[in-house]
Amino acid sequence: MKLTLRLERRLTPSRALGFLIPVFSIVLALCFGAVLLAAVGKNPGVVYQKMFSGAFGSRFGLTETVVKAIPLMLSGLGVAVAFRMLLWNIGAEGQLQIGAFAAAGVALAFPQAPAVVIIPAMMLAGFLGGALWASIPAALKAKLQVNEIITSLMLNYVAIYWVEYLVYGPWRNPKGYGFPGTAPFSPAAELPRLGTSRVHLGLLFGLVAALCLYFILRRTKWGYEIRVIGENPTAARYAGISLTRNILMVMALSGGLAGLAGMSEVSGIIHALQRGISPGYGYTAIIVAWLAKLNPWAIVVVSFLFAGLLVGGDQLQISMGLPAAMSNILQGAVLFFILGGEILVRNRISLTWEK
Amino acid sequence: MQDTLILILLILAGAIRAGTPLLFATLGEIFAERAGVLNLGVEGMMIMGALSGFMVTVRTGNAWTGLLAAILVGGSIGLIHAVLSITLRANQVVSGLALTIFGTGLSSFLGQKLVGVPAPDTFRVVRIPVLGELPVLGPLVFQHDILVYLSFLLAPLAWFLMFKTRPGLHLRAVGESPATADAMGVSVVGLRYLYVFLGGMLAGLGGAYISLALTPGWADGMTAGRGWIAIALVIFATWSPARAMVGAYLFGGVEAAQFRIQGTGTQVPSFFLNMTPYIFTIIVLVIATQETVRRRIGAPAALGLPYEREERG
Amino acid sequence: MTSAVPSVQMLVITKRFPGVLANDHIDFSANAGEIHALLGENGAGKSTLMNILSGLYHPDQGDIHIHGRRVALRSPRDAISLGIGMVHQHFMLVEPHTVAENVTLGLDEPRFLLNSGQIEQKIAALSEKYGLKVDPEARIWQLSVGEQQRVEIIKMLYRNADILILDEPTAVLTPQEARELFATLKRMAAEGHTIIFITHKLDEVMAISDRITVLRKGRVVSTVFTSATSKQELARMMVGREVFFQVTKSPWRGGQAVLRVEAARALSDKGLPALKGVSFAVHEGEILGVAGVAGNGQRELAEAITGLRPLTSGEVYLCDRRITNQNPRQILDQKVSHIPEDRLGMGLIPNLSLSDNLILKGYFAPPLGRGPFLDQKAIDAHCRELISRFEVMAPGPDSSVKLLSGGNLQRLLLAREISCCPRLMVAVHPTRGLDVGATEAVHKMLLEQREEGAAILLISEDLDELLSLSDRVAVLYEGEIMGIVPAQGAQVEEIGLMMAGTKRARPAEVAA
Repeated sequence: MKLTLRLERRLTPSRALGFLIPVFSIVLALCFGAVLLAAVGKNPGVVYQKMFSGAFGSRFGLTETVVKAIPLMLSGLGVAVAFRMLLWNIGAEGQLQIGAFAAAGVALAFPQAPAVVIIPAMMLAGFLGGALWASIPAALKAKLQVNEIITSLMLNYVAIYWVEYLVYGPWRNPKGYGFPGTAPFSPAAELPRLGTSRVHLGLLFGLVAALCLYFILRRTKWGYEIRVIGENPTAARYAGISLTRNILMVMALSGGLAGLAGMSEVSGIIHALQRGISPGYGYTAIIVAWLAKLNPWAIVVVSFLFAGLLVGGDQLQISMGLPAAMSNILQGAVLFFILGGEILVRNRISLTWEK
Repeated sequence: MQDTLILILLILAGAIRAGTPLLFATLGEIFAERAGVLNLGVEGMMIMGALSGFMVTVRTGNAWTGLLAAILVGGSIGLIHAVLSITLRANQVVSGLALTIFGTGLSSFLGQKLVGVPAPDTFRVVRIPVLGELPVLGPLVFQHDILVYLSFLLAPLAWFLMFKTRPGLHLRAVGESPATADAMGVSVVGLRYLYVFLGGMLAGLGGAYISLALTPGWADGMTAGRGWIAIALVIFATWSPARAMVGAYLFGGVEAAQFRIQGTGTQVPSFFLNMTPYIFTIIVLVIATQETVRRRIGAPAALGLPYEREERG
Repeated sequence: MTSAVPSVQMLVITKRFPGVLANDHIDFSANAGEIHALLGENGAGKSTLMNILSGLYHPDQGDIHIHGRRVALRSPRDAISLGIGMVHQHFMLVEPHTVAENVTLGLDEPRFLLNSGQIEQKIAALSEKYGLKVDPEARIWQLSVGEQQRVEIIKMLYRNADILILDEPTAVLTPQEARELFATLKRMAAEGHTIIFITHKLDEVMAISDRITVLRKGRVVSTVFTSATSKQELARMMVGREVFFQVTKSPWRGGQAVLRVEAARALSDKGLPALKGVSFAVHEGEILGVAGVAGNGQRELAEAITGLRPLTSGEVYLCDRRITNQNPRQILDQKVSHIPEDRLGMGLIPNLSLSDNLILKGYFAPPLGRGPFLDQKAIDAHCRELISRFEVMAPGPDSSVKLLSGGNLQRLLLAREISCCPRLMVAVHPTRGLDVGATEAVHKMLLEQREEGAAILLISEDLDELLSLSDRVAVLYEGEIMGIVPAQGAQVEEIGLMMAGTKRARPAEVAA
C-alpha cells in the first residue's frame, strides 16, 4: 500500500478557492515569517503586533499606509495591463524613476507657473517619461524579438543611476548642504493634500486609473485585443490583430502608469527629486498585481495591504532595530504560496491509498 | 608602451576574475533551461550564495566550508522554484521573480550584522608552477585563485556532458520534447528537478565567489544584477557552455575596464560607468537575438512550459 | 497461428478523464503472430487504451497480463522493458536531434559515452532487415513524415519490442507507402511479433488485420475474425447505426475564378522552401481539394493565401484583385474565411468564452464594434443567433470554449467563419479528429457554402473525403503541384503516385 497524491483537472476553475488562496497565502507567509523571527530570537507575536499597529493602529500609520499605497496602485495597474498580454514588464521601478525625473524637470524649469498649469504638465511629463522608458524594451521586443524581461529590468539600473547622477551632479541643490537632491519645487508644483495628512491627490489618480483600466479591458476593442493576445497570440495574428502595435501601446500605458506613480511621489510627498525616491515600489507592484490576479479593483485593495506591510516593516526598523527587509521576505513568501496554491484552483487534489 | 601592455594584461586577467561568477551562474542557468525550466531567480540564488558563503566563513574561519554552504543554499533555493514550477506547474516567470525578491530580502535581513565584517579567510591566488611563469599567458591564465581554475574545467566539462554523453542526450530531450522523453521512459520530472537543483548550486557558487574571492566581504545587494546578466548570457551563449565562457569574460572585461577607468580619475561621472554593464547587456542581447533569429536556433522548445502527461479531458 | 496464451491481455480496464469516461470496463487481448486491429471512431477510447498499455496512462481500474504474467505498468519504462512499443499518432521524436539520438533515447546502453558508430550500425542492420530505409545521421526535422514514421518503428525494434502498437499509422502515408508499411507489418507478425493497429478506416482493417476489436464510446462492441465479417457490419458496430458512405452533391454550375494563385513561393518556419511555384485557381461554387502527405506545403499554402505567411515571389488574386502579401485583416475583410488546421491553437481561444470567440473576426467593425467600444447588446444577439443556427451544444455564450467537445469546437469555428458570408473558404483538415456524426455535419456545411457560390479550398489528408466533396483535386508534393484532376472518376492509384512525387503527364490541367 502506498499513499498517492493525484491531481485532477477541474472543468471550471474554483471561484471560492480563487479568493481563499490569496488569503491563505498571506497567513502561511506570516507563519513562515514567524519561524524566521523565532529563529533569530525575536518574538513573532510582538513583531507582528508592532507591524500591524504601526501600519493600521494609528491615524499616522493609516495615512502613511494610504500614502504608500498610491505608488503601488499606479505601478501595479501598469504591471497588470502588461502581464495581461503576457508582456513581462518588470521595469516598473525604472519607469517610476524616469517619470519622477521628467516631472521634476518640468517643475524645476517653470518655478513661476501656476498650479493649474504646472500640475497637469508634470502629470503629462511623468506619464510620457515612463511610457518612453518602457518603449525601449517594447520596441526591441516588437521589432527585434528581444526578450523584454531582461531589457526592462536592466533599464531599472540605468534609470536609478541616471537619477543619482542628476541629484549628485548637475541638478544638486546648491543650498542643500551637499545633500543629494534638487532644490524644492515651487508650492504650485505640489499636489494638494487631504487636510493635515500626507495623503495627496495621487490617490485619486490611482482610483481613476483603476476605473479606466477596468473599462478599457471590459468594454473596448483595445481591451478585447489585449485579452486575445494574452490568451492566444497565434489566434490574435490569425484574426489580424497587430502584435507590434499592441506591444508598443500596452507597454507605453504600463510604463506611463508607473511614471505617473513617480510623478505623484515627487510632487505629492518629497517636493523635490532625491536619491532613493522608491524603496522598490516597482518590484512590490509585481507581487501586488499577481496577488490581485491582474484585476484592477483587486489591485486597489491589495495595494493597501502591501502598503501596510511596508509601513509595518519601517516601524520595525525604527522601534526594534529589525531590518525593513523583513517586509521583502514576507512579500516573496506570499508570492511563493500564491503560486503554489494556484494549482488548487485549476485542479482537484485527492490523496488515496493504492495497492 | 610597456605600461599599456601591462595595463591591458591586468584588465584581461581582471576580466577573467570578474567573469568567473557570471560563468558559474550562466552554466547553471544553461543546465536548467536545457531541461526546459526557465529560472529567473538566478539573482536571488546568487545573493543568498554570497551571503551564506560569507556568513559560514565568518563562523568557521574556513572559506571552503563557506563555499559548501553557498552551494547547498543556492541549490535549496533553486528547489523552491522546482517545486513551484515543476510539481505545482506555477508560472515560471513569476516564480523566478519571487525567488529574486525573496532572496534579496532574506539576504539583507540575515546579513544585517555582517556588513563591514572583514573576511577571515578568502580564496587567494594560487600561482601554478612553471605555467604561471610563462610570459603573458602566465599572469593571464595561471595566476588565479582555485575557483577560477575550477571554472576553466567546468565549462568544457559541461559542454562534453551535454553533447557527448547519454545523460546530456536525456537532458536535451527533456527540454526539447518532454512528451517524447517521457514516452521513452526518461523521467521528465526527475531530470528537471536535478538540473534546476544543479543550476541553483552553480548560482550559489557564483555568489560565493563574489563574497569570498572577488570582493571579500558582505554588502547589501552585492550581486548587483549579475544574476540577470547571467540570464542574458544564456541567450548570448545560445544555450551552449562553450560560448558561455566567451560571454562571461566579455562582461568580466567590461567590469574590469570600468574599475580601471574609475581608478584613473577620469572626467566621466562614475554613475555613467556604473551603467555600462547594464546597457552593454541590452546591446549584447539585441545582437545575440538577431543571430538566433537569423540562424533559427531558438531556446529549447519546451522552455517555460510545465509538463503534464494526462492532458486529455 | 495463435499460441495458447495471449501475449497481451487487458481485463476490465476503466479510465476516466475529467468529464469523460474514456475506457469503460474494456477487455482486450491480442496474440503473438497476429495483426489485431483496434477499430473505432475518433474519441472511442482506442488511443487511451493503448496509452495505458504503453505505460503512459494509469488505468483507474483493471489488470494487464503480458505473456500470461500479471504486470504493473507504472511508466513507459516498465512497458518498454516488457517489450511493448508504441508508435504514437503524433510522433514522439525530438525534432532537433538526429535519428540515432532519437533511437537510443531512454536506453541504458551505452551507459555514459554515446558511441554513434555502433548505434548507427545497428540501425542500418534493422532498416536493412525490415525494409525501413532511413539515414541515421539525419536530423528529424529534415525528414519527411513517412521517414519519421520509419524512425519510430526502428526505435521500437531497437528495443526488441515484440508487441508493437501503431496509432493511425497510415494517416501520413501515400496509398503506396501504406502498402509498403503493411508488408513490413506482415513480415513482423510472421516472425512472431504482436501487432496492434489502431484505425478508423475500414478498408485498411479488411486489408491487413487477422482479428478486429471494435470500440464505441469507451466500450468494446465486439471482437471478430476479419475473415468472418464485412465492411458494412464493422461500420454498424463502430458508429451504432447504418452509415452511408456516399455524399450527394449537385454538379458544378461553372463560374468566375475567385482565387487565383500564380507561381507562389514561400518559406517554411525552418526557412526552407515550402512552396516552389504553385499555380491554380478556385471558382465560384467549386471545391478544390488539395491532397498530399502532411508536410508537403499544405499549411504554408493556406497561410500564404490568408496573409499569415509572406510569399517570397508569385501572386495571389481574389476576384482579380491582387491580395499578395496583404495583412490578415485586409484579406479577411474581403470575405475570405479560414478554418485552420490547429483549431485550439490558432482558430479558437480556449480560455475565453464562446461569445469572445465568435466575435474574433468581426469585433472591429459595426455592428459589433462602435468607435473604440464593443457593443455588448449587438454581440449578445449575434452570438445567440449563431449558437442556435449552427446548433453548438454549450451551456451558454459565456461558458468557456475549452469545455466543448471536438465536434462542437468545429461547429463553433465554422459558425464564425461562415457567418461572414465568405467568397473564399480555406479549410484545412476540417474533419480531423471528429466522429462520424460531426464529420457529416461539417461536410454538409461545406457543401451548403458551395451551393451558395463560395469557392472552397479544401486541404485534407483523407483521400475519401477529398474525392467525395471536391470538384477537382490538386496534389501537392514537396511544395509543387503534381497535377489537378477532376474528382469524379479519379483513380486513387494515380493520385497516390502523384502524392509520391510523380508529375502528371498532362500539365495543361493546371492552368484551368
